[in-house]
Amino acid sequence: MIGRDILGIEDLSREDIELILETAERMQEIGTREVKKVPTLRGRTLINLFFEPSTRTQTSFEIAGKRLAADVVNFSVGSSSVTKRETLLDTAKTLDAMDPDCVIVRHKVAGVPHRLAAVLGAPVINAGDGAHEHPSQALLDMLTVKEQKGRLEGLTVTIVGDIAHSRVARSNIHGFSKLGAEVRVAGPPTMIPAGIETLGVKRYTNLREAIEGADVVMALRIQMERLEGACFPSVREYAATFGLDRAKLRYAKEDAIVMHPGPVNRGVELAHELADHRPSVILDQVRNGVALRMALLYLVAGRRRKGEAEASRADIIAGEA
Amino acid sequence: MTRRVDEGGRLALGGGRILIRGGRLLDPAQERDGELDCLIEDGRIVAVDRGIAPEGAEIVDAAGCWVVPGLVDLHAHLRAPGQEYKEDLGSGGAAAVAGGFTQVACMANTDPVNDDPSVTKYILDRAEKESPARIRPIAAATRGLAGQVMTEMIALRGAGAVAFSDDGATIMDSGVMRRVLEYSTLAGAPVIVHAEDCHLRGHGVVHEGAVATRLGLPGNPAMAEELMVARDVRLAQWTGAHLHVAHVSTAGAVEAIRRAREAGVRVTAEVTPHHLTLTDAATMDFDTSTRVAPPLRSPEHVEAVRRGLAEGVIDAIATDHAPHATYEKEVEFTEAPPGMIGLETAVAVSLALVREGCLSPLELVRRLSTNPARVLGLEGGSLAVGLPADVVLIDPERAWNYDPGQGFSKSRNSPWADQRLVGRVLATFVAGRLVFHHERGVSNR
Repeated sequence: MIGRDILGIEDLSREDIELILETAERMQEIGTREVKKVPTLRGRTLINLFFEPSTRTQTSFEIAGKRLAADVVNFSVGSSSVTKRETLLDTAKTLDAMDPDCVIVRHKVAGVPHRLAAVLGAPVINAGDGAHEHPSQALLDMLTVKEQKGRLEGLTVTIVGDIAHSRVARSNIHGFSKLGAEVRVAGPPTMIPAGIETLGVKRYTNLREAIEGADVVMALRIQMERLEGACFPSVREYAATFGLDRAKLRYAKEDAIVMHPGPVNRGVELAHELADHRPSVILDQVRNGVALRMALLYLVAGRRRKGEAEASRADIIAGEA
Repeated sequence: MTRRVDEGGRLALGGGRILIRGGRLLDPAQERDGELDCLIEDGRIVAVDRGIAPEGAEIVDAAGCWVVPGLVDLHAHLRAPGQEYKEDLGSGGAAAVAGGFTQVACMANTDPVNDDPSVTKYILDRAEKESPARIRPIAAATRGLAGQVMTEMIALRGAGAVAFSDDGATIMDSGVMRRVLEYSTLAGAPVIVHAEDCHLRGHGVVHEGAVATRLGLPGNPAMAEELMVARDVRLAQWTGAHLHVAHVSTAGAVEAIRRAREAGVRVTAEVTPHHLTLTDAATMDFDTSTRVAPPLRSPEHVEAVRRGLAEGVIDAIATDHAPHATYEKEVEFTEAPPGMIGLETAVAVSLALVREGCLSPLELVRRLSTNPARVLGLEGGSLAVGLPADVVLIDPERAWNYDPGQGFSKSRNSPWADQRLVGRVLATFVAGRLVFHHERGVSNR
């Protein structure tokens, strides 16, 4: 995968996903060492290009890059290109002139990483674009489920919340479906986008039916600004109807796990008592996020430029990781 | 002296007698479709017949070509005054004749807005000097396109406005819309609407449906258009005004127009080449040249507007030519200004409808020329004897590569950029003067 852009799970094959997950499983060990660093990406420059603030994702990518000995530069741009009177193409060309080895992009508008990738010589990793995709999040979710359940094939995964505005939902729908899980989405009809069934999921507006027999229940973060958009009338009503708590979770399988991409609105999408303890695996997700992002960086930035010969994966893993 | 139009060379035609010979003449206004010659004298059509052999005429050999009346575009943004970096009356007029359009109606969303007779006159004066095509200004329906106070429609009509429209700034206030429609009957010109409920649209930039959901881009539902068309045809029925619905893109709008026409409402409608031939899937790579308003729709809507056009519910094909500077489109999809250029590609793109059996050649020409002229009450749209000789030669089979950088528009925002198109305008005459030749370029009339 050297030099390849990671723009979305939709573009990845099942084999790609399996390779990334296997690589991440090897990377997990590095985080347990006394010296949490390997020289794999020494001398490589990674740019975290965040047009939208995201402390968690940015920090996770930064730690991942540093554990692989890369130089990580944070390039935070707090606004859209229009307010800066600079085009995306200008931004891309400017970065390209600095000759990075990988650019990690977060933007509030769908498609921006794709447009940048078309111009940049370095591979681009999408760290979240609008309501489109957030591939590293879905991959770390899959890694976590695999760790907890030993498999993905045949599982039932229910995603609850604002599906319409969620890139995490879309990436997870693609990812879990590709690996043979059944994906259900649930939320008020105002939060379920038109034609979601065409992505191969089942649509529910009744939470109990949606989590009946589920192995994994994933709650999405409710964006309070959606109140203005009249997607739901009040936090109280949302929490009562779609908020997960132990009582509602009884409908899921006995050994079901609860996931959340963070940060949690306690008492809204997730009851306080669920956020901190089993069956919640939220902190496992965060921990796995670093290993997963190490795997992604290693797989795409192991060589300098798109199209250059692929480094031998076996060499790097055996020798350095 | 015989010249094939596709040989290029010096074609100093104009002013005298010109015989366009041996082509397939298509004149929907007179239901003519056949191998007929067309004789032009002093800028007017003087004879259309088989085997004309006049003395001393320059002869244009049109063998293999369609000979059609000058095309009429009901909907273009020529950006002057105020945004000449995108387009002006010279470049827009050149793009028009290169695309076979001899008359172009230009929208009022200029800077300043064409809501005052002085602006209308300015546009016409500049067009007279700069544009090889005849420019027909559409004036604003309300001052400043603000949807509140109606414009001086009678004075604007007197200055040369052919219709009234706030276009993309849909008049949401039904009370204002009612008054505008009522008053327009005094001025004797249609009100053109970009029918879209802006609240229902919200921030939507692509058709709400499976593609928008996949892409995570905000959706603009078909219902936003369907509701507003339903309102406007009812208001037109109530007021007796002539309503023209711009760029119909949804099945529900076609149905509402069909029913209104059956009820005798004075409603006409247009559809763009892009809404006839592209679906929302064209946006899958986030190419901002596919960001248009209304958005490209799903296949079932495209099918419905095609059927509406074939059945005559939709009268005309109009380009909605909307030039934007390259750098304005090199931004986030949601931030890119909506619109694509279309004057130079409309014929080639629309010819797909003939090849796919949706329209006969005569019916295509009717929708590109005769009907739009009729919608605006313009002279033209016909090759009848006595009319100004606005004549276009089209080779429907000729393949060419469309390079907007080599085109006449100042802008390049086209989803057909660098694509191979089939069907090419070879020559355009305005009032008997050759203003465009595909090898020689454009000259002013």
